[in-house]
Amino acid sequence: MSRKNEILISLITLIRKEIKRYLRIWVQTLVPPAVTMSLYFVIFGSLIGPRIGTMDGLDYIQFMIPGLIMMSVITNSYANVVSSFYSVKFQKSIEELLVSPMPNWAILIGFVMGGVTRGILIGFIVFCVSLFFYPTFSIVNPMLTILVLLLTSILFSLMGFINAIFADSFDDISIIPTFVLTPLIYLGGVFYSINILPDIWRNISMANPMLYVVNTFREGMLGVSDVSIPFALAMILLFIAILTAACLLLLNKGVGTRQ
Amino acid sequence: MSQFALEITDLKKTYDSDVLALKGINLTVQEGDFFALLGPNGAGKSSTIGIIASLVTKTAGKVKIFNIDTDENFPEAKRLLGVVSQEINFNNFENVIDIVTTQAGFYGIPLKEAIEKTEITLKRLGLWEKRNDQARTLSGGFKRRLMIAKALIHEPKLLILDEPTAGVDIELRREMWDFLKEINENGTTIILTTHYLEEAEQLCKNIAIIDHGELIENTSMKDLLRRLDVQGFLLDIDQSLDNPPSIDNFQISLEDSNTLNVAIKKDQSINELFDQLSDQGINVSSMRNESNRLEEMFIEMVKKN
Repeated sequence: MSRKNEILISLITLIRKEIKRYLRIWVQTLVPPAVTMSLYFVIFGSLIGPRIGTMDGLDYIQFMIPGLIMMSVITNSYANVVSSFYSVKFQKSIEELLVSPMPNWAILIGFVMGGVTRGILIGFIVFCVSLFFYPTFSIVNPMLTILVLLLTSILFSLMGFINAIFADSFDDISIIPTFVLTPLIYLGGVFYSINILPDIWRNISMANPMLYVVNTFREGMLGVSDVSIPFALAMILLFIAILTAACLLLLNKGVGTRQ
Repeated sequence: MSQFALEITDLKKTYDSDVLALKGINLTVQEGDFFALLGPNGAGKSSTIGIIASLVTKTAGKVKIFNIDTDENFPEAKRLLGVVSQEINFNNFENVIDIVTTQAGFYGIPLKEAIEKTEITLKRLGLWEKRNDQARTLSGGFKRRLMIAKALIHEPKLLILDEPTAGVDIELRREMWDFLKEINENGTTIILTTHYLEEAEQLCKNIAIIDHGELIENTSMKDLLRRLDVQGFLLDIDQSLDNPPSIDNFQISLEDSNTLNVAIKKDQSINELFDQLSDQGINVSSMRNESNRLEEMFIEMVKKN
């Protein structure tokens, strides 16, 4: 068997294992986002939304849908990789991978694909939930929507991987999501357009990377955005390239994985 | 032509905490050998095995597995190597069959073939009946077997076992010995670390002793045991004694009132001892080794070092 085929089989094995892992615990991984997002749609969409009126010329619930989908994709792709990779470190089952002939880049792709598939699956689930509350929703630019969905889940899976590499305890895998990711997502234009903010806060918001992710996705779904789409896509791709290089460097050096 | 299954040259390891774990080890293991790597806790055994298995990064030195330099082609070297780690290293929430099939997949074995190989390996290790059980529900002994099944699934030519029988009951330990002997006889080179020196004495042809990151002995088991000058015996006697009997040229002490502890040199005759005891009216009802012979020598060597 050629080396390429061998690597491909090992990669498929790892991806299958990762998907099986989160499907096995579907009550913990797939149901909570659906429940949480239903509550957001009920409270902010159906109850408070009509009092707010429109945002960027759209019904408030319609404006909110891309942001809530993206919030779920970001948190779930990040959480999947950080918890999965930290767990294999904690249980020492990472040794199963390290003693095998699998190259480090295949190990990275395997874990990232686990996060990507979960992120996309959750995005689809939340989109289906949103249709209960806004049945007439239609996607303006499906290609851009799918592209942003894919790139975002890759980006945050990579971030989760780096977090897991440096994590030494279960506390370490919840610090970044709680104290960094969640505030940035909430302030990244999920619930509002930055055009309603005073100048100073609008300028500060422009430094928030989540704003670009959320708005590019909103452009794909609704055709409205507060940021330049080519610039946002370029930034996402640049961050993916930097984080991929960082992950491979850490794996090759054995940081957090080899003694 | 016979070749080395493992060649280690000037292997050094310094951990971040500046602990010098290996001070330049040189070691060769012949293909087909059953080799014991012994040493006290913290001697450097696990660091050595970790480096061979790529779980630990080396500071300096060379490792070759079947003449493949791990610095040049580690994937190819890893394909020839199976490792049974000291600690349990599988996901306890997965089924036995999934754990082994997945491990096969990591070695590039296609799923259909992996399932067939898994069935053969699990049956061989008496795990087939447990194939659908979650690993966490297995007993300690079955978990050890599962570790061995994982390490053997890709049919390695060199198998390294880091204390495989730790915490395993004597019956299962003997079963494992038979299994390991069988796979060694079928051509797999085995390197074993163990704290049960009786295990090394029973199984291994050659032995290396490592202490404080240095190799202090590397020889055949026979040669090592041949060097043992004095052997201790415990003699159970019929009557109770308050003081040990005095017999010329023999060191005798009382283990308890009915047991004598005797040190006998290689050139001394045990019959002579029995005769002299008999002359003093002491009858020996049974006799046994004081302790494992290798254990005595091991302790002596490590103390000297």
